Amino acid sequence: MNDEQNRTLTFEILRYNPLIKGDTPKMEKYEVVEAPGMTIFIALNEIREEKDPSIQFDFVCRAGICGSCGMIINGEPKLACRTLTANYPKGVITLLPLPGFELIGDLSVDTGKVMRQMSERVESWIHDKEAENIDLTRLEERMEPEVADEIYELERCVECGLCLSACATKRMREDFLGAVGFMRLARYSIDPRDKRTGEEFYDIIGDDDGVFGCMTLLGCEDYCPKDLPHQTQIAYLRRKMALGKK
Amino acid sequence: MKVIYTDSLVIGGGLAGLRVAIAAKQRGYDTIVLSLIPAKRSHSAAAQGGMQASLGASIKGVGDDEDVHFGDTVRGSDWGCDQDVARAFVNTAPKAIRQLTAWGVPWSRVQRGDRQVVINGEKVTITESDDAHGLINSRDFGGTKKWRTCYTSDGTGHTMLYAMDNKAIELKIPVHERKEAIALIHEEGVCKGAIVRDLITGKLIAYVAKATTIATGGYGRIYSVSTNSVISEGIGTAIALETGLSPLGNMEAVQFHPTAIVPVGILTTEGCRGDGGLLLDKDGYRFMPDYEPDKKELASRDVVSRRMIEHMRKGKGVSSRYGDHLWLDITLLGEKHIRKNLREVDEICQYFLGIDPVKEYIPVRPTQHYSMGGIKTNFKGESIGLKGLFSVGEAACWDMHGFNRLGGNSVAETVVAGMLVGEYVADHCEATPLKIDTKTIESFLEQEKVKISDLLDRDKGENPFTLKKEMQKIMMDDVGIFRNHDDLAKAVEELKILNQKAKNIALRNKISSSNPELVEAIRVPKMIKLAQCVAYGALLRKESRGAHAREDFPQRNDKDWLKRTLATWKNEDADLPEIDYEPLDIMKMELPPASRGYGNDSTIAHPDTEKREKEIEKILKDNPGIDRIQTQETLNPVEIPERYQGKNERVGRGFK
Repeated sequence: MNDEQNRTLTFEILRYNPLIKGDTPKMEKYEVVEAPGMTIFIALNEIREEKDPSIQFDFVCRAGICGSCGMIINGEPKLACRTLTANYPKGVITLLPLPGFELIGDLSVDTGKVMRQMSERVESWIHDKEAENIDLTRLEERMEPEVADEIYELERCVECGLCLSACATKRMREDFLGAVGFMRLARYSIDPRDKRTGEEFYDIIGDDDGVFGCMTLLGCEDYCPKDLPHQTQIAYLRRKMALGKK
Repeated sequence: MKVIYTDSLVIGGGLAGLRVAIAAKQRGYDTIVLSLIPAKRSHSAAAQGGMQASLGASIKGVGDDEDVHFGDTVRGSDWGCDQDVARAFVNTAPKAIRQLTAWGVPWSRVQRGDRQVVINGEKVTITESDDAHGLINSRDFGGTKKWRTCYTSDGTGHTMLYAMDNKAIELKIPVHERKEAIALIHEEGVCKGAIVRDLITGKLIAYVAKATTIATGGYGRIYSVSTNSVISEGIGTAIALETGLSPLGNMEAVQFHPTAIVPVGILTTEGCRGDGGLLLDKDGYRFMPDYEPDKKELASRDVVSRRMIEHMRKGKGVSSRYGDHLWLDITLLGEKHIRKNLREVDEICQYFLGIDPVKEYIPVRPTQHYSMGGIKTNFKGESIGLKGLFSVGEAACWDMHGFNRLGGNSVAETVVAGMLVGEYVADHCEATPLKIDTKTIESFLEQEKVKISDLLDRDKGENPFTLKKEMQKIMMDDVGIFRNHDDLAKAVEELKILNQKAKNIALRNKISSSNPELVEAIRVPKMIKLAQCVAYGALLRKESRGAHAREDFPQRNDKDWLKRTLATWKNEDADLPEIDYEPLDIMKMELPPASRGYGNDSTIAHPDTEKREKEIEKILKDNPGIDRIQTQETLNPVEIPERYQGKNERVGRGFK
């Protein structure tokens, strides 16, 4: 890396604090001198520490693992922590909060509530009445290695919410479960430890708020930061549901 | 005054906290978890490489058992751990992992037949047995005699946390998100809950409980570069310290992980080296065998980190604008392995470094990673100074890690300690009626209200972000991997000044609701106190043990220093903690002190060591024919809750 002249970046950020009476949403500009390897995480912290200590945003792991920092970056939903400023040659970066979630303030939204509701709705846990009675001193139940790998493949979702913010169906249909919920359900449906029947899965997603409501625009597939196979799973679930309540 | 009553209050929604909450809930107690963030975003999710449990299914794990795991853990701790706790831990780890299996973790499984692995830089074919097919697989990690680290690709923490939080959701355990505990409520030496600030509305709420458990993780962020999440600021540990009653143990024991990427300090898992990755210098030379011919790249973390620094000090580092670094080479593992078993590492390299680890070396440097120190508890997880206060996971000094933690033993601790301590928390709820004078609640609430309004009212004063940066720089420069008297004394003096400045913080953004500057202003004075416990404890400890390496006292000194540091902050006006020591009793040790097997052993022995060795010899002679389990029960009887007792089965070996 050379020490060439660093660019000055312009950030245009939506500012709005719903808890302050009379506050209205507005875009504010901040200038930041770019550093090598700078991410949106680094830039936003610099803005907070040096220019405006009131600005709200969420980061936890800052390594693309926890899913906290979804926001709209120049029109696209992304994880801010692993988005490099160098990806924006014009040097102008516009940041908006993720749509479809309750706004806490500025770039911070409440994904936690939505994800907990999703988990409750799809009953995101192993359904096995015997699970609590297993003898922990004995060998664990065996699983074919490729089955374990397939489950992990679908379990890599980090609940960042980018799929929901990129989903046109969700925009029109508030109760639409969305890709995050389908992926979770697909994950349990291929897990031999989960004893739910096809019928039980059908009851959760076999309607227009479930997998039949999807308009197949596949924003979820385009923007999933973990490259999860949403398109395949939605198709798989539809087929499974349509083939009958097995 | 808003007051919420519960039986079991858990502060922190990571693996350890959730596991305690589940235990209390399953025993029928009302429980509430407080979290700064949605629970699934906790730092537990960042644990990549795996969880140690001596299942011994993989061919390279055959012969493993609780005893081998125990020996590795004690040696890894440089004999600084509590051997009762380490013993209860290793005996329970196989049960914990099997329970998590039933709860849905998709552990990577053993595939029968041949597979190619990389050992010591060479491709080797190993053959897994038919019997082991489909059981939980394991990989090699540093400081272990067997391949014991069970894993899900390199997303182990993620899958464990998801299974755990999903279990909590199934049990309808409420997680109150975006809530920060800023003080503990206590009267007459008994903890009664916490004063909690709602990070959105700014309102203060008193949570009153029979048992309060702190599970807020480590304090890595007192350093400027850390692998830890940005929320790992040790605030839970600090509010225990601020009671003046609950001592913190071994705060100077801070682990630096050998392989975090430069400059941002994001971790690449130990699994990289466990799976065969190598450390190279600026000449592309593999240097670790020169320093540690036996364990090489897979020596304990503290050892590898020190060797890397030594090598860079010899001018062998790769220079960069961010200072010197070394290379981690995983190219020899091949594309298939990297994209499947090291995919987080792959993603991190692509996104943050713009490199492809299949073809290119990864720039790495030892970086702050883990806090062995924390709230000192007994084996039940209860604070040794404040009844009704429990702590678990990285926030606690339960003390199975002593002065150095083995890779794979931290997520293991969270779930094992969570299981065991959770039972004791439930016992406590059963045995303890909730009695509290409401005036006590009011007075604690009032105290925090006043502190916050002082912050908001002060016109001129210190900037909390600046204070934090200064503290982080002091810790980084003077309380790092290699330590010495002059640097540590300077750090202590500078932290004293910062502690004074921290009493005079003023804000630019004067609103009491959601306000990141106010959050910082509440946290920074607490963090400075923790930093001082680390620096001052390190200054006073005149020996080298595990991760605490003193250049001026390079020997481990069992004679004078086989003891645990206890830091208490009794006087709010003081700039230093009060330090006491708790001796470790060699005469009760199952494994008396010995060499760890790295470099030359220069340990200054304790007279009891030889005495205990002879005693053990005699006990074994007097009890001929006892098996390994009876031996352990004779030498080191430990209490484990009834439901988690019993021998563990292994494939090809049964319950022996």
